[in-house]
Amino acid sequence: MNHAGVLETREAFGETTLIVDPAQIVDLCRHLKDSEKYIRLSGITAVDLHPAEPRFEVIYHLHSIERNQRLRLKCLLSGVDPEIDSATAVWRGANWYEREVFDMFGIGFRNHPNLVRILMPIDWEGYPLRKDYPVHGYKYSYPSE
Amino acid sequence: MKHSFEDHTSTIPAVQEIPATPSAPRRMTLNMGPQHPSTHGVLRIVLELEGETIITAAPDIGFLHTGIEKEFEQKNWQQAVTLTDRVDYLANLSNNLVYALAVEKLLQIEIPARAQWTRVMMTEFSRLNSHLVWLGTHALDIGAMTMFFYCFREREDILRIFEMFSGQRMMTSYIRIGGLALEPPRGWQQVVGKFIRAFPSKVDEYEELLNANPIWMQRTQGVGFISLEDMLDLGITGPMLRGAGLNWDIRKSEPYSSYEKFDFKVPVETSNDVWSRYRVRIQEMRESAKIITQALEGMPEGAWQADAPHVVLPDREKMKTQMESLIYHFKIVTEGFRVPAGEVYQCIEAPRGEIGYYVVSDGTSKPYRVHMRTPSFGNLQGLPKMLENTLIADSIAALGSMDFVLGDTDR
Repeated sequence: MNHAGVLETREAFGETTLIVDPAQIVDLCRHLKDSEKYIRLSGITAVDLHPAEPRFEVIYHLHSIERNQRLRLKCLLSGVDPEIDSATAVWRGANWYEREVFDMFGIGFRNHPNLVRILMPIDWEGYPLRKDYPVHGYKYSYPSE
Repeated sequence: MKHSFEDHTSTIPAVQEIPATPSAPRRMTLNMGPQHPSTHGVLRIVLELEGETIITAAPDIGFLHTGIEKEFEQKNWQQAVTLTDRVDYLANLSNNLVYALAVEKLLQIEIPARAQWTRVMMTEFSRLNSHLVWLGTHALDIGAMTMFFYCFREREDILRIFEMFSGQRMMTSYIRIGGLALEPPRGWQQVVGKFIRAFPSKVDEYEELLNANPIWMQRTQGVGFISLEDMLDLGITGPMLRGAGLNWDIRKSEPYSSYEKFDFKVPVETSNDVWSRYRVRIQEMRESAKIITQALEGMPEGAWQADAPHVVLPDREKMKTQMESLIYHFKIVTEGFRVPAGEVYQCIEAPRGEIGYYVVSDGTSKPYRVHMRTPSFGNLQGLPKMLENTLIADSIAALGSMDFVLGDTDR
């Protein structure tokens, strides 16, 4: 892939992963959609690598029906105020997936039309899928046993 | 903290952005759901109406959110199979299968042909189950009550088959990492054979009731239009796309679990409305029956679990007589098995569309992260577009044709 945003290409289990510079994600997505026929966005998700730094991986799963190929994009984000540009300008379907990532991981998406919680109640505090978020107890504190 | 209705709606910008100019016609906000019978689950849709026309529709989801993805990180690999059942309660086996395939891809183990064929047969039953519930409840929404009883009659037989194979009617957990949970029971060929020989005539019955039914036709034809471009852009998958003329089925394009060995067609309709989705699903039922018949007739003999002693629990007899088997049994039961570090995305064609599991392992005995790309979540995102400028009475038919399961949406 000849694009300035692609930092590295990895192949594993027959799947291709591109490590992408977060600053160029929208530009790359537009390029992939317009020139490489990846017209479908299958989903966006994230992985918390706590306590590593950069802490978050934002994952984009792209699919081209015409080429019958799938592609994974991965952006690494810092644990402090993680933010990335929204892909909603490229695929409208990115909307809910980005809201879910925001809801579950607290990753911000710049220029998102409606970045509010989607699965958790709107007044919820904390981001449940972060690794330092407890399974039991209340918010970020474990109950003393 | 006390919530008023306004508190809650004010977070949905679609509601806020409506112009309040005196010249604009008066609009009404209608709160459909969360407990509305036609939403088939706990879905709330905030409708902005002008007379009987829907101007905007803003779905509000999350009422059934149970944190399943968080739960995955607490269980070991084999235990987590039970969670996959509980995502989509009409396509349990499809969820079992996609999870098992993803983990097996990481483990790089080979699944014997008999297990693969049984998996195909069971997921096709799961497709029949899902389409039958869809057809029954969708017809019920539109006012055809008889369909509901007919479809649930056949669904009951399918649930009995699930029970026969796995001991459970719904939460089967039948497809496990490395093969199946149990050997197919003795005499399954007779039960499945009896059902599948009778099934095509049952589908004929449904078609007789609906195909030339003027009420059904008027309620479904030309209703629920959404262009193919919009669907692809918004992430809609499955029968919705095939009802819009796109011939794309993951069973054909990226075959898994030996689907390439089966002979079946991908039904495609072009009218892109509720009617075409109904036609697609009816024909898919016939194709599924064909696949099940082929599986029944050509079922290979042999092992039903992979030859992978570090993953699959040993045979009970061997465990009592062989030291190695006892050790493997002890290791698997006490700490689970380890999965090599890596990440995979595995997708299959579920009754509702593309289910994709993104599974990350860090080399330990628990999943590091499992993301479920569920078809209902993707499909529901297209709802506002589909309901735009339609009549409120049509909205029931239109949203029913999406065939979403709210447990699948909210996870």
